[in-house]
Amino acid sequence: MRWLRILLAPSLLALLLAGPSFAVAPTLSQAEEARAVAIGSQLRCLVCQNESVEQSSATLAANIRHIIRQQVAAGWTNRQIMHWMTARYGDFIRLDPPFNRLTLLLWVMPVLAPAVGLGIALGASRRRPGPPPPLSDAEKRRLASLLE
Amino acid sequence: MERVGILRRPLLLMPLGAAVVGGIGFVELLMRAEEGRYNPHTVPNLMVGHAVPPFSVGAAPPGTGFSTADLQHLAKPVLVNFFASWCVPCHAEAPLLMQLKAEGVPIWGIDYADTEPALGRFLAADGNPFARLGGDPKGEAAIAWGISGVPESFLIDRSGIIRWHLGDPLSPAIVSAQLIPLVRKYG
Repeated sequence: MRWLRILLAPSLLALLLAGPSFAVAPTLSQAEEARAVAIGSQLRCLVCQNESVEQSSATLAANIRHIIRQQVAAGWTNRQIMHWMTARYGDFIRLDPPFNRLTLLLWVMPVLAPAVGLGIALGASRRRPGPPPPLSDAEKRRLASLLE
Repeated sequence: MERVGILRRPLLLMPLGAAVVGGIGFVELLMRAEEGRYNPHTVPNLMVGHAVPPFSVGAAPPGTGFSTADLQHLAKPVLVNFFASWCVPCHAEAPLLMQLKAEGVPIWGIDYADTEPALGRFLAADGNPFARLGGDPKGEAAIAWGISGVPESFLIDRSGIIRWHLGDPLSPAIVSAQLIPLVRKYG
């Protein structure tokens, strides 16, 4: 396996040397980094659309992570960063969509769907005919004669 | 069981009705997708109608780069095209860009997440349709413009307002139906 090591060594070295240029540029404090991660976790990766920007390994997600860190380093508030993102990509980029006219149905559906179901069930049970009225004396006599 | 209450019948028909409506909707989506009128992966871009965002792209030989200020006072509307040498649809749309160049539409290229040698090979193979060209190796310009992949194209009017965006490769049909009329309108 020595040949493998000889082959791998230069590429490993190259990777190590390339490391710093891959890293996100600005140096952030621990708190700033935590804030950047929190923001990135709320943003949809536009390539792997069910992953957040923090989770995704797509180049575009890395680009967005880089920009978030630049903005955090520049002292932008979370709200400013979110606004910058939604100005470009709309609410689509938010993994937690805001409550507005377009998302109304999305948000009220958990209440609406059971309510409609319950309404239908109640309506159906009310329409169901109740038990037959008790027999009159004449009917009882007739029944008795028939059963004899 | 031959007598089903008249009020129960609509209830029985509801699931069937829902399945029919859902089915028609699904077929409609498939048809639109096939005709290219619907793409489930499309990411909205809200930049249309707004000024070109603050950005700058550095040199990408033979291009020398450009920035927001360069796109603010133009003699003609400019087509800004994000592309990359590693992007297959970008190779596919290259002949169309060469044709647009020949028709006098200025095209400014932004080479996304790419390297200079690879760009050189791309331009040598497919031609260089770009009046100006810049490189965006870290994708800072790409995100500033709100792109979600390559290729994407924008039409910028003479005063630097984004008038049109396409999140897909250009096609002859889209160029003649959408792009050319807008180039004339804002020309």
